[in-house]
Amino acid sequence: MGMIHEFFPYVLCVLLFAVGLYAIAVKKNLIKIIIGVMLIHNATSLFLVLVGYRMPETGESAAPIITRALSGEEFFRQSVDPVPQALVLTAIVIGLSVVALMVVMAVRLHEKYGTFDLTRIRKLRG
Amino acid sequence: MAEVLLPLYALMAFMLIAAIIAVETRDLLSSVLCLGAVGFGLALVDLLLKAPDLALTQVVVEIIAVVLLIRAVVAREDTTEESLSDTPHVAFVGMVVGAIVIAAFVCFQQLVPFAKPLMTMGEAYLRSGELTGAKNQVTAVLLDFRAYDTLGEATVIFAAIIGCYALLRTRGRIGNRR
Repeated sequence: MGMIHEFFPYVLCVLLFAVGLYAIAVKKNLIKIIIGVMLIHNATSLFLVLVGYRMPETGESAAPIITRALSGEEFFRQSVDPVPQALVLTAIVIGLSVVALMVVMAVRLHEKYGTFDLTRIRKLRG
Repeated sequence: MAEVLLPLYALMAFMLIAAIIAVETRDLLSSVLCLGAVGFGLALVDLLLKAPDLALTQVVVEIIAVVLLIRAVVAREDTTEESLSDTPHVAFVGMVVGAIVIAAFVCFQQLVPFAKPLMTMGEAYLRSGELTGAKNQVTAVLLDFRAYDTLGEATVIFAAIIGCYALLRTRGRIGNRR
């Protein structure tokens, strides 16, 4: 296990974030922008799960669920951090509702202007 | 360690490739399906990182999101043209995004190393089995210690539903009074 493995998963995660940021900044298509937002959202939740992951010195890492096979001190030593998981669980559902609202807005804009192209939607008309 | 890292890197590389295809492909339907691939890859990563609750939620959410996006894309013609005239603009944005990635590469070396979290609060929550009687500590955090978070989440969802309803309804629009 080398030094690079101590932070390389985070860097891959930021690359995913950067792809989403690029899509939001460059693309003119509304659907592509929504896809960029979803990519950023996925990257952020992945980052939080990565931060909470734990590999104990001895034994396997375990999900934060007490079972017959794993309980007591052994469980406290091996389980991953439950706090980021609980926060991400909330964030995932909120992300879905935000994306649903964005999709509805895109559909309404397409109904009105007949296109997903932002440069043409920008031309205001009644 | 290695038995986790190898599939983790493979899945994250898969997610990255699917994300790049989703952003760059011309056909909107294929781009939405590639986004679904990213989401299901994330669900697999959650399973690998011992977060089964997250994996289940992620699968459900991804299915709903992809169905919504497909519903929005199918049968609507896409007339967007990606013109080459703003190539300097694209290059500038690419440079900024690259700078963010390089900054992250430097910053993350100062962060807590992967697979060794601080667990200051998590340790206390894990040891709270007698307080809540819950077997699954994630639901104990969600519904016992941080229940207000879940209340706020429900508020956000209802606000989004009201917004969708207000945007999509056909009654009461100015065009079709009478």
